[in-house]
Amino acid sequence: MLEVRDLSVRFGEFAALRGVSLTVEEGELVVVLGANGAGKSTLFRTINGLIKPASGEIDFCGEKIGGRPANAVVKAGIAQSAEGRHLFPELSVLKNLTLGAYLRRRDRAGIKKSLEEAYELFPILYEKRNDPAGSLSGGQQQMVAVGRALMAKPKLLILDEPSLGLAPLVSRQVLDAVVEINKTGIMVLLAEQNAKAALKIAHRGYVVENGEVILAGSKDELMDNDDVRRAYMGT
Amino acid sequence: MAALSKHWKKIALVVVFVISLFVPVFVQNDYFLGIIILGYVWAIATYGLNILLGYTGQLSLGHAGFFGIGAYTVGVLTVNYEFPFWPSLLLAAIASSVLGFLIGIFALRTRNEYFAIFTLGVGFVIYLVIERWEGLTGGALGLIGVPYPEGIGPIQFDGPESIYYLILGFLILTIYIAWSIANSLVGRSFMAIRNSEELAAATGINVGRAKQLAFAISTGIAGLAGGLYATYIGFLGPAIVNVPTTFEILLYLLVGGMGSLSGPLVGAFLVTTLFQFLQQFEAYRLVILGPIVVILIIFFPKGLAGLWAALETRIKAMRGKGEMSGDAGASEEPAKEEAK
Repeated sequence: MLEVRDLSVRFGEFAALRGVSLTVEEGELVVVLGANGAGKSTLFRTINGLIKPASGEIDFCGEKIGGRPANAVVKAGIAQSAEGRHLFPELSVLKNLTLGAYLRRRDRAGIKKSLEEAYELFPILYEKRNDPAGSLSGGQQQMVAVGRALMAKPKLLILDEPSLGLAPLVSRQVLDAVVEINKTGIMVLLAEQNAKAALKIAHRGYVVENGEVILAGSKDELMDNDDVRRAYMGT
Repeated sequence: MAALSKHWKKIALVVVFVISLFVPVFVQNDYFLGIIILGYVWAIATYGLNILLGYTGQLSLGHAGFFGIGAYTVGVLTVNYEFPFWPSLLLAAIASSVLGFLIGIFALRTRNEYFAIFTLGVGFVIYLVIERWEGLTGGALGLIGVPYPEGIGPIQFDGPESIYYLILGFLILTIYIAWSIANSLVGRSFMAIRNSEELAAATGINVGRAKQLAFAISTGIAGLAGGLYATYIGFLGPAIVNVPTTFEILLYLLVGGMGSLSGPLVGAFLVTTLFQFLQQFEAYRLVILGPIVVILIIFFPKGLAGLWAALETRIKAMRGKGEMSGDAGASEEPAKEEAK
Protein backbone atom coordinates (compact mmCIF):
# COMPACT_ATOMS: atom_id res chain seq x y z
CA MET A 1 0.00 0.00 0.00
CA LEU A 2 0.89 3.62 -0.48
CA GLU A 3 0.93 5.91 2.52
CA VAL A 4 1.63 9.63 2.20
CA ARG A 5 1.97 11.40 5.53
CA ASP A 6 1.95 15.14 6.08
CA LEU A 7 3.62 15.90 2.77
CA SER A 8 4.69 19.46 2.04
CA VAL A 9 6.28 20.83 -1.12
CA ARG A 10 7.56 24.33 -1.60
CA PHE A 11 8.58 26.13 -4.76
CA GLY A 12 10.62 28.92 -3.24
CA GLU A 13 8.19 31.00 -1.19
CA PHE A 14 5.16 29.27 -2.62
CA ALA A 15 3.72 26.34 -0.68
CA ALA A 16 2.43 24.00 -3.38
CA LEU A 17 1.42 21.23 -0.97
CA ARG A 18 0.64 21.70 2.70
CA GLY A 19 0.52 18.67 4.94
CA VAL A 20 -1.14 16.30 2.52
CA SER A 21 -1.91 12.81 3.80
CA LEU A 22 -3.34 10.08 1.63
CA THR A 23 -3.43 6.31 1.38
CA VAL A 24 -4.07 3.75 -1.31
CA GLU A 25 -4.82 0.30 0.08
CA GLU A 26 -4.18 -2.97 -1.75
CA GLY A 27 -6.53 -3.38 -4.69
CA GLU A 28 -7.96 0.11 -4.42
CA LEU A 29 -8.72 2.66 -7.10
CA VAL A 30 -8.43 6.09 -5.50
CA VAL A 31 -9.29 9.33 -7.22
CA VAL A 32 -7.94 12.79 -6.46
CA LEU A 33 -10.27 15.62 -7.41
CA GLY A 34 -9.37 19.25 -7.68
CA ALA A 35 -9.34 22.22 -9.97
CA ASN A 36 -6.42 23.24 -12.15
CA GLY A 37 -3.54 24.34 -10.00
CA ALA A 38 -4.93 22.75 -6.84
CA GLY A 39 -1.80 20.66 -6.46
CA LYS A 40 -2.78 17.31 -7.94
CA SER A 41 0.07 17.13 -10.39
CA THR A 42 2.55 18.36 -7.79
CA LEU A 43 1.36 15.63 -5.44
CA PHE A 44 1.78 12.95 -8.10
CA ARG A 45 5.13 14.22 -9.25
CA THR A 46 6.38 14.23 -5.68
CA ILE A 47 5.25 10.64 -5.15
CA ASN A 48 7.00 9.74 -8.41
CA GLY A 49 10.24 11.27 -7.24
CA LEU A 50 10.33 14.08 -9.78
CA ILE A 51 9.99 16.73 -7.06
CA LYS A 52 11.72 16.63 -3.68
CA PRO A 53 9.37 17.16 -0.74
CA ALA A 54 10.13 19.84 1.86
CA SER A 55 8.82 17.60 4.61
CA GLY A 56 6.63 14.58 5.17
CA GLU A 57 6.97 10.93 4.34
CA ILE A 58 5.96 8.59 1.57
CA ASP A 59 5.91 4.86 2.28
CA PHE A 60 5.21 2.24 -0.31
CA CYS A 61 4.84 -1.43 0.59
CA GLY A 62 7.12 -1.00 3.58
CA GLU A 63 9.73 1.03 1.71
CA LYS A 64 10.43 4.69 2.38
CA ILE A 65 10.40 6.32 -1.03
CA GLY A 66 9.99 9.99 -0.10
CA GLY A 67 12.77 12.03 -1.68
CA ARG A 68 14.19 9.12 -3.69
CA PRO A 69 14.91 9.69 -7.38
CA ALA A 70 12.32 8.77 -9.99
CA ASN A 71 14.09 5.67 -11.27
CA ALA A 72 14.23 4.25 -7.72
CA VAL A 73 10.52 4.90 -7.29
CA VAL A 74 9.78 3.00 -10.52
CA LYS A 75 11.90 0.17 -9.22
CA ALA A 76 9.87 0.11 -6.01
CA GLY A 77 6.79 -0.59 -8.14
CA ILE A 78 5.14 2.74 -8.90
CA ALA A 79 4.61 3.60 -12.56
CA GLN A 80 3.14 6.82 -13.79
CA SER A 81 1.59 8.20 -16.87
CA ALA A 82 2.02 11.93 -16.75
CA GLU A 83 -0.44 14.59 -17.75
CA GLY A 84 -0.29 15.51 -21.42
CA ARG A 85 0.58 11.99 -22.61
CA HIS A 86 4.32 12.23 -22.75
CA LEU A 87 5.53 9.87 -25.44
CA PHE A 88 8.56 9.48 -27.63
CA PRO A 89 6.87 10.68 -30.80
CA GLU A 90 9.35 9.45 -33.38
CA LEU A 91 9.70 5.99 -31.87
CA SER A 92 7.23 3.31 -32.86
CA VAL A 93 4.41 2.30 -30.56
CA LEU A 94 6.19 -0.97 -29.90
CA LYS A 95 9.42 0.78 -28.91
CA ASN A 96 7.51 3.20 -26.70
CA LEU A 97 5.93 0.26 -24.93
CA THR A 98 9.13 -1.74 -24.51
CA LEU A 99 10.88 1.30 -23.12
CA GLY A 100 8.37 1.13 -20.27
CA ALA A 101 9.89 -2.23 -19.35
CA TYR A 102 13.33 -0.67 -19.09
CA LEU A 103 13.94 -1.95 -15.57
CA ARG A 104 12.92 -5.49 -16.51
CA ARG A 105 15.09 -5.55 -19.60
CA ARG A 106 16.55 -8.96 -18.88
CA ASP A 107 13.14 -10.54 -18.40
CA ARG A 108 12.36 -11.15 -22.07
CA ALA A 109 9.55 -13.64 -21.52
CA GLY A 110 7.92 -11.38 -18.96
CA ILE A 111 8.15 -8.39 -21.29
CA LYS A 112 6.52 -10.35 -24.07
CA LYS A 113 3.71 -11.33 -21.76
CA SER A 114 3.18 -7.74 -20.59
CA LEU A 115 3.17 -6.64 -24.20
CA GLU A 116 0.42 -9.14 -24.96
CA GLU A 117 -1.55 -7.90 -21.97
CA ALA A 118 -1.21 -4.30 -23.14
CA TYR A 119 -2.40 -5.28 -26.62
CA GLU A 120 -5.30 -7.16 -25.08
CA LEU A 121 -6.29 -4.06 -23.14
CA PHE A 122 -5.89 -1.79 -26.16
CA PRO A 123 -6.21 -3.89 -29.34
CA ILE A 124 -5.71 -0.81 -31.53
CA LEU A 125 -2.12 -0.58 -30.29
CA TYR A 126 -1.34 -3.94 -31.81
CA GLU A 127 -2.55 -2.76 -35.20
CA LYS A 128 -0.47 0.40 -34.90
CA ARG A 129 2.54 -1.17 -33.24
CA ASN A 130 4.97 -0.15 -36.00
CA ASP A 131 3.65 3.39 -36.48
CA PRO A 132 5.48 6.30 -34.90
CA ALA A 133 3.66 7.16 -31.69
CA GLY A 134 3.42 10.79 -32.75
CA SER A 135 1.17 9.84 -35.67
CA LEU A 136 -1.56 8.38 -33.44
CA SER A 137 -4.74 10.14 -32.34
CA GLY A 138 -4.96 11.70 -28.87
CA GLY A 139 -6.85 8.79 -27.40
CA GLN A 140 -4.48 6.23 -28.89
CA GLN A 141 -1.50 8.15 -27.56
CA GLN A 142 -3.06 8.07 -24.12
CA MET A 143 -3.42 4.32 -24.49
CA VAL A 144 0.25 4.04 -25.35
CA ALA A 145 1.12 6.10 -22.28
CA VAL A 146 -0.98 3.88 -20.02
CA GLY A 147 0.33 0.76 -21.75
CA ARG A 148 3.90 1.90 -21.28
CA ALA A 149 3.33 2.50 -17.58
CA LEU A 150 1.92 -1.02 -17.29
CA MET A 151 5.01 -2.48 -18.96
CA ALA A 152 6.95 -1.66 -15.81
CA LYS A 153 4.70 -4.26 -14.09
CA PRO A 154 3.81 -1.83 -11.33
CA LYS A 155 2.01 -2.50 -8.08
CA LEU A 156 0.66 1.03 -8.20
CA LEU A 157 -0.26 2.95 -11.31
CA ILE A 158 -0.47 6.73 -11.07
CA LEU A 159 -2.49 8.40 -13.81
CA ASP A 160 -2.57 12.16 -14.07
CA GLU A 161 -5.68 13.19 -16.01
CA PRO A 162 -5.67 10.39 -18.58
CA SER A 163 -8.83 11.73 -20.24
CA LEU A 164 -7.53 15.28 -20.62
CA GLY A 165 -8.50 16.65 -24.02
CA LEU A 166 -10.16 13.45 -25.21
CA ALA A 167 -13.58 13.12 -26.77
CA PRO A 168 -16.17 11.82 -24.26
CA LEU A 169 -16.42 8.42 -25.90
CA VAL A 170 -12.67 7.94 -26.00
CA SER A 171 -12.23 9.16 -22.46
CA ARG A 172 -14.78 6.57 -21.33
CA GLN A 173 -12.76 3.87 -23.12
CA VAL A 174 -9.66 4.95 -21.27
CA LEU A 175 -11.43 4.99 -17.91
CA ASP A 176 -12.91 1.56 -18.63
CA ALA A 177 -9.39 0.31 -19.25
CA VAL A 178 -8.33 1.81 -15.91
CA VAL A 179 -11.04 -0.27 -14.21
CA GLU A 180 -9.79 -3.38 -16.02
CA ILE A 181 -6.26 -2.67 -14.86
CA ASN A 182 -7.45 -2.20 -11.29
CA LYS A 183 -9.32 -5.51 -11.43
CA THR A 184 -6.04 -7.34 -12.07
CA GLY A 185 -4.94 -6.23 -8.61
CA ILE A 186 -2.95 -3.13 -9.49
CA MET A 187 -3.58 -0.17 -7.19
CA VAL A 188 -4.55 2.96 -9.09
CA LEU A 189 -4.20 6.58 -8.07
CA LEU A 190 -6.10 8.73 -10.53
CA ALA A 191 -6.44 12.47 -11.00
CA GLU A 192 -9.43 13.66 -12.95
CA GLN A 193 -11.23 16.84 -13.87
CA ASN A 194 -14.37 14.94 -14.73
CA ALA A 195 -15.38 14.20 -11.14
CA LYS A 196 -18.54 12.34 -11.97
CA ALA A 197 -16.91 9.84 -14.28
CA ALA A 198 -13.96 9.40 -11.95
CA LEU A 199 -16.02 8.84 -8.79
CA LYS A 200 -18.14 6.32 -10.63
CA ILE A 201 -15.19 3.99 -11.07
CA ALA A 202 -13.31 4.78 -7.83
CA HIS A 203 -13.46 3.19 -4.39
CA ARG A 204 -12.46 6.29 -2.48
CA GLY A 205 -11.53 9.86 -3.22
CA TYR A 206 -9.78 12.96 -1.97
CA VAL A 207 -10.54 16.57 -2.79
CA VAL A 208 -7.53 18.86 -3.03
CA GLU A 209 -7.73 22.63 -2.94
CA ASN A 210 -4.87 25.12 -2.64
CA GLY A 211 -2.39 22.38 -1.86
CA GLU A 212 -4.44 20.85 0.96
CA VAL A 213 -6.75 17.86 1.27
CA ILE A 214 -10.06 19.47 2.23
CA LEU A 215 -12.21 16.39 2.00
CA ALA A 216 -11.77 12.64 1.96
CA GLY A 217 -14.24 9.85 1.83
CA SER A 218 -15.73 6.85 0.10
CA LYS A 219 -17.17 7.10 -3.37
CA ASP A 220 -20.73 7.46 -2.08
CA GLU A 221 -19.85 9.98 0.59
CA LEU A 222 -18.20 12.22 -1.95
CA MET A 223 -20.95 11.77 -4.51
CA ASP A 224 -23.54 12.83 -1.94
CA ASN A 225 -21.49 15.72 -0.60
CA ASP A 226 -23.11 19.02 -1.51
CA ASP A 227 -19.83 20.91 -1.82
CA VAL A 228 -18.43 18.32 -4.19
CA ARG A 229 -21.60 18.30 -6.25
CA ARG A 230 -21.61 22.06 -6.51
CA ALA A 231 -17.90 22.55 -7.15
CA TYR A 232 -17.08 19.58 -9.39
CA MET A 233 -20.27 18.22 -10.86
CA GLY A 234 -22.17 21.41 -11.51
CA THR A 235 -25.39 20.19 -9.89
CA MET B 1 12.29 -5.55 -59.57
CA ALA B 2 10.36 -5.80 -56.32
CA ALA B 3 13.36 -7.36 -54.66
CA LEU B 4 15.52 -4.56 -55.97
CA SER B 5 13.34 -1.83 -54.53
CA LYS B 6 13.03 -3.70 -51.27
CA HIS B 7 16.70 -4.37 -50.76
CA TRP B 8 18.10 -1.30 -52.47
CA LYS B 9 19.40 0.05 -49.18
CA LYS B 10 21.50 -3.03 -48.57
CA ILE B 11 22.63 -3.05 -52.17
CA ALA B 12 23.59 0.61 -51.99
CA LEU B 13 25.54 -0.11 -48.81
CA VAL B 14 27.47 -2.92 -50.50
CA VAL B 15 28.18 -0.70 -53.52
CA VAL B 16 29.48 2.10 -51.30
CA PHE B 17 31.62 -0.40 -49.42
CA VAL B 18 33.11 -1.86 -52.61
CA ILE B 19 33.81 1.63 -53.97
CA SER B 20 35.51 2.57 -50.71
CA LEU B 21 37.72 -0.52 -51.05
CA PHE B 22 38.90 0.55 -54.51
CA VAL B 23 39.42 4.23 -53.75
CA PRO B 24 43.25 3.98 -53.54
CA VAL B 25 43.25 2.26 -56.94
CA PHE B 26 41.37 5.11 -58.61
CA VAL B 27 42.85 7.95 -56.61
CA GLN B 28 46.53 7.81 -57.42
CA ASN B 29 47.13 11.37 -56.31
CA ASP B 30 48.34 11.40 -52.68
CA TYR B 31 46.86 14.83 -52.09
CA PHE B 32 43.32 13.72 -52.99
CA LEU B 33 43.72 10.47 -51.12
CA GLY B 34 44.78 12.52 -48.10
CA ILE B 35 41.59 14.57 -48.30
CA ILE B 36 39.56 11.39 -48.24
CA ILE B 37 41.54 9.94 -45.34
CA LEU B 38 41.04 13.09 -43.30
CA GLY B 39 37.36 13.03 -44.22
CA TYR B 40 37.17 9.57 -42.63
CA VAL B 41 39.05 10.71 -39.51
CA TRP B 42 36.66 13.61 -38.99
CA ALA B 43 33.73 11.33 -39.69
CA ILE B 44 34.85 9.11 -36.80
CA ALA B 45 35.07 12.14 -34.51
CA THR B 46 31.63 13.25 -35.68
CA TYR B 47 30.16 9.85 -34.84
CA GLY B 48 31.46 10.44 -31.33
CA LEU B 49 29.68 13.78 -31.08
CA ASN B 50 26.55 12.21 -32.54
CA ILE B 51 26.30 9.76 -29.63
CA LEU B 52 26.15 12.67 -27.21
CA LEU B 53 24.37 15.36 -29.21
CA GLY B 54 22.40 13.36 -31.75
CA TYR B 55 21.21 10.50 -29.56
CA THR B 56 21.29 11.93 -26.05
CA GLY B 57 20.60 15.58 -26.88
CA GLN B 58 23.51 17.07 -24.94
CA LEU B 59 25.44 19.76 -26.78
CA SER B 60 29.10 19.43 -25.81
CA LEU B 61 31.45 22.08 -27.13
CA GLY B 62 34.56 20.37 -25.78
CA HIS B 63 34.84 17.70 -28.43
CA ALA B 64 38.07 18.99 -29.96
CA GLY B 65 39.67 18.84 -26.52
CA PHE B 66 39.03 15.12 -26.27
CA PHE B 67 40.12 14.64 -29.86
CA GLY B 68 43.32 16.38 -28.75
CA ILE B 69 43.73 14.16 -25.69
CA GLY B 70 43.64 11.16 -28.02
CA ALA B 71 45.98 12.73 -30.58
CA TYR B 72 48.52 13.84 -27.99
CA THR B 73 48.37 10.55 -26.10
CA VAL B 74 49.53 8.83 -29.27
CA GLY B 75 51.93 11.67 -30.11
CA VAL B 76 53.60 11.91 -26.71
CA LEU B 77 53.87 8.16 -26.20
CA THR B 78 55.27 7.37 -29.63
CA VAL B 79 57.53 10.43 -30.08
CA ASN B 80 58.77 11.12 -26.54
CA TYR B 81 58.80 7.59 -25.18
CA GLU B 82 59.11 5.56 -28.39
CA PHE B 83 56.17 3.53 -27.30
CA PRO B 84 54.63 1.30 -30.01
CA PHE B 85 51.63 2.74 -31.85
CA TRP B 86 48.94 0.13 -31.21
CA PRO B 87 48.94 0.22 -27.40
CA SER B 88 49.24 4.02 -27.66
CA LEU B 89 46.08 4.15 -29.75
CA LEU B 90 44.27 1.97 -27.26
CA LEU B 91 45.45 4.20 -24.42
CA ALA B 92 44.37 7.27 -26.41
CA ALA B 93 40.78 6.03 -26.59
CA ILE B 94 40.83 4.94 -22.96
CA ALA B 95 42.41 8.16 -21.69
CA SER B 96 39.94 10.43 -23.43
CA SER B 97 37.05 8.23 -22.38
CA VAL B 98 38.12 8.16 -18.73
CA LEU B 99 38.79 11.89 -18.74
CA GLY B 100 35.37 12.39 -20.34
CA PHE B 101 33.79 10.25 -17.65
CA LEU B 102 35.49 12.21 -14.85
CA ILE B 103 34.69 15.60 -16.34
CA GLY B 104 31.15 14.36 -16.98
CA ILE B 105 30.64 13.99 -13.24
CA PHE B 106 30.84 17.76 -12.94
CA ALA B 107 29.74 18.89 -16.41
CA LEU B 108 26.53 16.88 -16.37
CA ARG B 109 25.34 18.65 -13.25
CA THR B 110 24.67 21.53 -15.58
CA ARG B 111 22.04 21.52 -18.28
CA ASN B 112 21.40 22.84 -21.77
CA GLU B 113 23.29 26.04 -22.52
CA TYR B 114 25.17 25.80 -19.22
CA PHE B 115 26.42 22.38 -20.21
CA ALA B 116 27.49 23.75 -23.59
CA ILE B 117 29.37 26.63 -21.96
CA PHE B 118 30.93 24.37 -19.33
CA THR B 119 32.21 21.93 -21.94
CA LEU B 120 33.39 24.81 -24.12
CA GLY B 121 35.50 25.85 -21.13
CA VAL B 122 36.76 22.30 -20.64
CA GLY B 123 37.81 22.10 -24.28
CA PHE B 124 39.62 25.40 -24.03
CA VAL B 125 41.42 24.40 -20.84
CA ILE B 126 42.61 21.20 -22.52
CA TYR B 127 43.89 23.32 -25.39
CA LEU B 128 45.70 25.66 -23.00
CA VAL B 129 47.33 22.80 -21.12
CA ILE B 130 48.54 21.24 -24.37
CA GLU B 131 49.80 24.55 -25.68
CA ARG B 132 51.64 25.55 -22.47
CA TRP B 133 53.05 22.22 -21.30
CA GLU B 134 56.05 22.49 -23.54
CA GLY B 135 58.07 19.77 -21.83
CA LEU B 136 55.48 17.18 -22.68
CA THR B 137 53.69 18.37 -25.80
CA GLY B 138 56.26 20.59 -27.44
CA GLY B 139 54.01 23.58 -26.87
CA ALA B 140 53.36 25.78 -29.85
CA LEU B 141 56.07 23.99 -31.83
CA GLY B 142 54.20 20.75 -31.52
CA LEU B 143 55.35 17.17 -31.85
CA ILE B 144 57.11 16.14 -35.01
CA GLY B 145 57.50 12.63 -36.35
CA VAL B 146 54.57 10.65 -35.05
CA PRO B 147 55.28 7.30 -36.72
CA TYR B 148 53.02 5.17 -38.88
CA PRO B 149 51.65 2.10 -37.10
CA GLU B 150 53.83 -0.98 -36.84
CA GLY B 151 52.95 -3.70 -39.28
CA ILE B 152 50.74 -6.58 -38.27
CA GLY B 153 52.07 -9.81 -39.72
CA PRO B 154 52.33 -9.38 -43.48
CA ILE B 155 50.49 -6.03 -43.45
CA GLN B 156 52.80 -3.04 -43.47
CA PHE B 157 51.69 0.52 -42.89
CA ASP B 158 54.19 2.41 -44.98
CA GLY B 159 52.19 4.86 -47.10
CA PRO B 160 48.90 6.64 -47.63
CA GLU B 161 47.30 3.60 -49.29
CA SER B 162 47.76 1.32 -46.30
CA ILE B 163 46.80 4.11 -43.89
CA TYR B 164 43.68 4.58 -45.97
CA TYR B 165 42.63 0.99 -45.31
CA LEU B 166 43.56 1.27 -41.64
CA ILE B 167 41.34 4.30 -41.13
CA LEU B 168 38.57 2.86 -43.30
CA GLY B 169 38.61 -0.15 -40.99
CA PHE B 170 38.26 2.03 -37.91
CA LEU B 171 35.52 4.05 -39.59
CA ILE B 172 33.53 0.88 -40.28
CA LEU B 173 34.11 -0.24 -36.70
CA THR B 174 32.85 3.13 -35.43
CA ILE B 175 29.76 3.00 -37.64
CA TYR B 176 29.09 -0.50 -36.41
CA ILE B 177 29.37 0.65 -32.78
CA ALA B 178 27.06 3.60 -33.47
CA TRP B 179 24.57 1.30 -35.19
CA SER B 180 24.63 -1.20 -32.31
CA ILE B 181 24.09 1.54 -29.78
CA ALA B 182 21.23 3.07 -31.75
CA ASN B 183 19.47 -0.29 -31.88
CA SER B 184 20.07 -1.27 -28.29
CA LEU B 185 18.11 -0.47 -25.19
CA VAL B 186 21.01 1.69 -24.04
CA GLY B 187 20.61 3.74 -27.21
CA ARG B 188 16.91 4.00 -26.68
CA SER B 189 17.48 5.22 -23.14
CA PHE B 190 19.78 7.90 -24.64
CA MET B 191 17.02 8.93 -27.05
CA ALA B 192 14.50 8.91 -24.22
CA ILE B 193 16.68 11.44 -22.41
CA ARG B 194 16.88 13.56 -25.55
CA ASN B 195 13.09 13.60 -25.76
CA SER B 196 12.43 14.35 -22.11
CA GLU B 197 14.67 13.81 -19.12
CA GLU B 198 11.71 13.71 -16.82
CA LEU B 199 9.88 11.12 -18.84
CA ALA B 200 13.04 9.05 -19.10
CA ALA B 201 13.43 9.11 -15.34
CA ALA B 202 9.78 8.18 -14.93
CA THR B 203 10.27 5.06 -17.05
CA GLY B 204 13.01 4.00 -14.66
CA ILE B 205 16.09 5.19 -16.53
CA ASN B 206 18.90 6.45 -14.37
CA VAL B 207 19.32 9.69 -16.29
CA GLY B 208 22.56 10.79 -14.67
CA ARG B 209 24.30 7.49 -15.27
CA ALA B 210 23.06 7.19 -18.86
CA LYS B 211 24.31 10.68 -19.72
CA GLN B 212 27.63 9.87 -18.11
CA LEU B 213 27.90 6.75 -20.25
CA ALA B 214 27.01 8.67 -23.43
CA PHE B 215 29.64 11.26 -22.58
CA ALA B 216 32.33 8.65 -21.98
CA ILE B 217 31.53 6.80 -25.24
CA SER B 218 31.48 10.08 -27.14
CA THR B 219 34.83 11.29 -25.81
CA GLY B 220 36.37 7.84 -26.26
CA ILE B 221 35.49 7.88 -29.96
CA ALA B 222 36.84 11.43 -30.23
CA GLY B 223 40.11 10.20 -28.71
CA LEU B 224 40.27 7.32 -31.18
CA ALA B 225 39.84 9.77 -34.06
CA GLY B 226 42.57 11.95 -32.56
CA GLY B 227 44.99 9.03 -32.32
CA LEU B 228 44.38 8.09 -35.95
CA TYR B 229 44.82 11.70 -36.98
CA ALA B 230 48.19 11.80 -35.20
CA THR B 231 49.58 8.79 -37.00
CA TYR B 232 48.38 9.85 -40.44
CA ILE B 233 49.49 13.49 -40.25
CA GLY B 234 52.69 12.72 -38.35
CA PHE B 235 52.79 16.20 -36.88
CA LEU B 236 50.75 17.59 -33.99
CA GLY B 237 50.23 21.27 -33.22
CA PRO B 238 47.98 22.67 -30.53
CA ALA B 239 45.79 24.50 -33.06
CA ILE B 240 43.97 21.28 -33.94
CA VAL B 241 42.79 21.00 -30.32
CA ASN B 242 41.44 24.54 -30.21
CA VAL B 243 37.81 25.56 -30.12
CA PRO B 244 37.30 26.10 -33.88
CA THR B 245 37.85 22.37 -34.43
CA THR B 246 34.90 21.67 -32.14
CA PHE B 247 32.72 23.91 -34.23
CA GLU B 248 33.91 22.26 -37.42
CA ILE B 249 32.90 18.84 -36.07
CA LEU B 250 29.59 20.32 -35.00
CA LEU B 251 29.16 21.69 -38.51
CA TYR B 252 29.73 18.25 -40.03
CA LEU B 253 27.07 16.80 -37.77
CA LEU B 254 24.56 19.57 -38.49
CA VAL B 255 25.04 19.29 -42.24
CA GLY B 256 24.89 15.49 -42.21
CA GLY B 257 22.04 15.18 -39.77
CA MET B 258 21.95 14.80 -36.01
CA GLY B 259 20.88 11.49 -34.59
CA SER B 260 21.13 9.65 -37.89
CA LEU B 261 23.48 6.84 -38.76
CA SER B 262 24.60 8.18 -42.12
CA GLY B 263 24.72 11.85 -41.10
CA PRO B 264 28.21 12.01 -39.57
CA LEU B 265 29.84 10.28 -42.54
CA VAL B 266 27.99 12.29 -45.18
CA GLY B 267 28.47 15.57 -43.33
CA ALA B 268 32.14 15.15 -42.48
CA PHE B 269 33.03 13.84 -45.91
CA LEU B 270 31.10 16.45 -47.83
CA VAL B 271 32.15 19.47 -45.81
CA THR B 272 35.85 18.58 -45.55
CA THR B 273 35.96 17.94 -49.29
CA LEU B 274 34.11 21.17 -49.96
CA PHE B 275 36.54 23.01 -47.70
CA GLN B 276 39.43 21.68 -49.76
CA PHE B 277 37.92 22.76 -53.04
CA LEU B 278 37.10 26.16 -51.63
CA GLN B 279 40.62 26.54 -50.32
CA GLN B 280 41.60 28.80 -53.19
CA PHE B 281 39.10 31.30 -51.83
CA GLU B 282 41.02 31.26 -48.55
CA ALA B 283 39.13 33.17 -45.89
CA TYR B 284 36.15 33.64 -48.15
CA ARG B 285 35.27 29.99 -47.95
CA LEU B 286 33.63 30.64 -44.57
CA VAL B 287 31.63 33.42 -46.18
CA ILE B 288 30.33 30.90 -48.67
CA LEU B 289 29.83 28.11 -46.18
CA GLY B 290 28.19 30.25 -43.50
CA PRO B 291 25.00 30.98 -45.45
CA ILE B 292 24.80 27.37 -46.61
CA VAL B 293 24.77 26.26 -42.98
CA VAL B 294 22.18 28.87 -42.01
CA ILE B 295 19.93 27.72 -44.86
CA LEU B 296 20.42 24.10 -43.86
CA ILE B 297 19.49 24.72 -40.25
CA ILE B 298 16.43 26.81 -41.10
CA PHE B 299 15.01 24.55 -43.79
CA PHE B 300 16.52 21.17 -43.01
CA PRO B 301 17.11 21.02 -39.26
CA LYS B 302 17.70 17.29 -39.52
CA GLY B 303 20.46 17.81 -42.06
CA LEU B 304 20.92 15.91 -45.29
CA ALA B 305 19.89 12.64 -43.68
CA GLY B 306 16.62 14.23 -42.61
CA LEU B 307 16.11 15.65 -46.09
CA TRP B 308 16.67 12.23 -47.58
CA ALA B 309 14.25 10.60 -45.15
CA ALA B 310 11.59 13.17 -46.01
CA LEU B 311 12.09 12.56 -49.74
CA GLU B 312 11.89 8.85 -49.25
CA THR B 313 8.65 9.11 -47.29
CA ARG B 314 7.20 11.26 -50.04
CA ILE B 315 8.21 8.81 -52.77
CA LYS B 316 6.70 5.94 -50.86
CA ALA B 317 3.52 7.91 -50.28
CA MET B 318 3.32 8.68 -54.01
CA ARG B 319 3.62 5.03 -54.82
CA GLY B 320 0.80 4.57 -52.37
CA LYS B 321 1.84 1.10 -51.41
CA GLY B 322 1.21 1.78 -47.75
CA GLU B 323 4.48 0.15 -46.86
CA MET B 324 5.92 3.16 -45.09
CA SER B 325 4.67 2.06 -41.73
CA GLY B 326 7.13 2.36 -38.94
CA ASP B 327 10.32 3.65 -40.38
CA ALA B 328 9.27 7.14 -41.43
CA GLY B 329 10.78 8.55 -38.27
CA ALA B 330 13.99 6.58 -38.35
CA SER B 331 14.39 5.67 -41.97
CA GLU B 332 18.14 5.79 -42.00
CA GLU B 333 18.24 3.10 -39.39
CA PRO B 334 17.49 -0.37 -40.60
CA ALA B 335 13.91 -1.05 -39.64
CA LYS B 336 14.28 -3.91 -37.26
CA GLU B 337 11.42 -5.77 -35.77
CA GLU B 338 12.07 -6.01 -32.08
CA ALA B 339 9.36 -8.00 -30.43
CA LYS B 340 11.53 -9.01 -27.55
